[in-house]
Amino acid sequence: MSALDPVAVFRMEAAECLEAIEAGLLDLTHQLDNKDLVDAVFRGLHTLKGSGAMFGFEALAAFTHHCETAFDRVRKGEVAATSELVAAVLAAQDHMRALVEQPDADHGDTGHKLLAQLQAAVGGKTATPATAAAAVTAPVQNTSGKNSWRIRFSLPASSMANGTNPLGLLDELRDLGECTVRANTSAIPPLDALTPTELYVSWDVTLTSEQDRSAIDDVFIFVLDDMELSVDEIDGTVAIAAAPAEAGPARLAAASVSPAPVPAAAVPEFRPVEAVPVKREAPVAASQAKAAENVRVPAERLDELMDRVGELVIAQSRLSQLAGASTDIALRSVSEEIERLSGELRDTMMVLRMVPVATLFSRFRRLVHDLARETGKVIELVTEGETTEVDKTVIERLADPLVHLVRNSIDHGLETPDDRLAAGKTEAGTVTLSARQAGGEVIISIKDDGRGINRERVRAKAESSGLILPGQPLSDQELLQLIFAPGFSTAAAITNLSGRGVGMDVVKKTVEALRGAIDIVSVPGQGSEVSLRIPLTLAIIDGLLVRVGSGRYVIPLSAVEECLELSLEEDLRSRGRSFISLRDSLVPFLRLRDLFRTGTKPDVHQKVVVISTGTERVGLVVDQIIGDHQTVIKSMSKLHNDVATFSGATILGDGSVALILDVGHLVAAGQQQEAQLRVAG
Amino acid sequence: MRAAATVERFDNHWNYAEEVEVLTFDLNGETFALEAVIVQEILDLLPETAVPGSQPFVASVINFRGKVIPLADLRLAFGMEAAEATIDSRFIVIEIDLQGEPTLVGLRTDKVNEVTTLTKNASEAPPSVGMRWRADYINCLVKRGGEFIILPNLQAIFSSRHDAAGAVN
Repeated sequence: MSALDPVAVFRMEAAECLEAIEAGLLDLTHQLDNKDLVDAVFRGLHTLKGSGAMFGFEALAAFTHHCETAFDRVRKGEVAATSELVAAVLAAQDHMRALVEQPDADHGDTGHKLLAQLQAAVGGKTATPATAAAAVTAPVQNTSGKNSWRIRFSLPASSMANGTNPLGLLDELRDLGECTVRANTSAIPPLDALTPTELYVSWDVTLTSEQDRSAIDDVFIFVLDDMELSVDEIDGTVAIAAAPAEAGPARLAAASVSPAPVPAAAVPEFRPVEAVPVKREAPVAASQAKAAENVRVPAERLDELMDRVGELVIAQSRLSQLAGASTDIALRSVSEEIERLSGELRDTMMVLRMVPVATLFSRFRRLVHDLARETGKVIELVTEGETTEVDKTVIERLADPLVHLVRNSIDHGLETPDDRLAAGKTEAGTVTLSARQAGGEVIISIKDDGRGINRERVRAKAESSGLILPGQPLSDQELLQLIFAPGFSTAAAITNLSGRGVGMDVVKKTVEALRGAIDIVSVPGQGSEVSLRIPLTLAIIDGLLVRVGSGRYVIPLSAVEECLELSLEEDLRSRGRSFISLRDSLVPFLRLRDLFRTGTKPDVHQKVVVISTGTERVGLVVDQIIGDHQTVIKSMSKLHNDVATFSGATILGDGSVALILDVGHLVAAGQQQEAQLRVAG
Repeated sequence: MRAAATVERFDNHWNYAEEVEVLTFDLNGETFALEAVIVQEILDLLPETAVPGSQPFVASVINFRGKVIPLADLRLAFGMEAAEATIDSRFIVIEIDLQGEPTLVGLRTDKVNEVTTLTKNASEAPPSVGMRWRADYINCLVKRGGEFIILPNLQAIFSSRHDAAGAVN
């Protein structure tokens, strides 16, 4: 496999970074005085700026710098975190995303506008004591406001290779106040043992500053996890005495930056505090453990692995055939062992593609946040079952339909706060996104506690647009399903959000393309729930393996209703009309032998597989039903794009290929062919 | 116009190099050559699965190392007679770019010969007359010994439709 393009890697990382920033910002909207969240967002912005600059995304780095600065001021307690600021940075975050995607595109003055907003949000407002979290964490302050510190730090030997520049850290310390720096060179090995790229020097710094302790920590914020740092509060005399002794005689590159600090400001009553070395070992272990939890793998590598496993399974089935025919006990036992292992490997493989729906749900927090601002409704988003796992492809394809459904719930389902209060409900409407697994399916539902679907309006609309006849009796479910009809909308006035009905047909199509189904439950005045039932994975389906002529085909089991025999007399009788009666209802059928032009004679005992395409029941006449088959779906190449009858292919135990029928297209193709036959007479 | 286009294609094919390494194979008594770099593997015959409704040119698929890949028959592109497989018949698996996507395709051959080097000096653009094959399906002809080796233009062959009797649209 080719090495990954560094820019592509940066984009992936930036996307994750932006997601983290967004999540932090959204959390922050609820807890404006949470210092940890402010720090998290700041760190995210800083990382994005840094790596952006490193990979040549200058515009991104420059723009992000401003947001970072704004958050830095919040961190330092200079300004309060306000919802305006969070909103401004949220908006800015979208711009950053655009800058990551298309760094060279002309983004006009979006950036300037956003920065102006940011400025307005930050400018002029100073922190109120309640939100100035920095004040709380400040250490014992002495009366004059100046502190002296002795800072000792050493970086890991490999840190220069990682791009850390100790000089930068020293410069930042110098910015904090008067500062004496001494290098401790005692660890430098003899010349022949010296590796030029490694760092052997550690530093003793005496700093007198008006800043508090956290300012020092901030200098080291990005290297803190890997380094040793001790910060002691001292008075001037101790500092002078102690430091040279520690530094040792080999004061080789001692960088005496500013005159020796005899801080007049150091206050006598300020007693030395016990040295508490800040060794960050525990957090290091924790963060490493966390990093090891996830490995980013391109999907195509997984597909390749899947192919290999598929081959292995086929080779294994050949082996077990050979072993079965042999009398060699040892061979048989090895074959059984390999059968077990390859089965397990296949199961593991399938799980690799599964990702928790949390990744999908997290996107909706932002959407709901924006929609709440846009509509003036008070909305609470509740998510449940985020650990439920679904195939990654399914998740990607569901994103848009779910956006639609959530928008609809908010736009049409939820009432305004006033209406809700009038109806005796809480002011805040709740939208619940939940996922759970049920057998081979995952059920994702979007539930709101709004006004529910107005059946009269649905019926009136359907009648006026000719979807149903006036007064046509319909079950409740049938009536509700009408909202998925193309172009259907009950929105009296379509807002700038999409109306219920606009695009609902697309939602239905997407779900059906995933071999899923949609259920709606709606109670007037109490809310609606739309549930999507989606198969867990696209990679495997349960299929019914059948034979037509000499070819073998797979019919998705989810479409199969029943199988029956086509008796010879029924066969003869049906020559002219191509339908059979099944429990008093007529079921048309297609002879796959004719459709596929096999040119073979039919078997004596032909079978009819009755399939349902949702609206219609159709029988497929096959020569033989072989049985259930767990089907690993392989896509067909572009050269077979024009063949709609098959949705893919699979590899059977003997290594041969069987095609998977696309039931919907097959019925359409059959109708077309029959129409042609009728015309031809 | 047409001549100019042919010459350009011809030059492109050689990539302005003097030599090209190829794999030669026989089809219906003619010798064809494929650039060696696109050849993935030479296979003994495998079970084929017919794809009803596809173009006859790519009427079946095979299982190539766990992937389902189309099997193409250049005979049909060149209007030759279809023939039964013989003991020498092999599939050549190549990777070509189809609509921007690298795609594996199997090719039927009557016999796979050798990997050899062809020189530009010996090559000629396909003649505009005196040939029963579509000129745009051929990159060039290379004279070797007393015969011609045909370098097919796979892009042209795979990107055009091969409508023929039996294709269901």
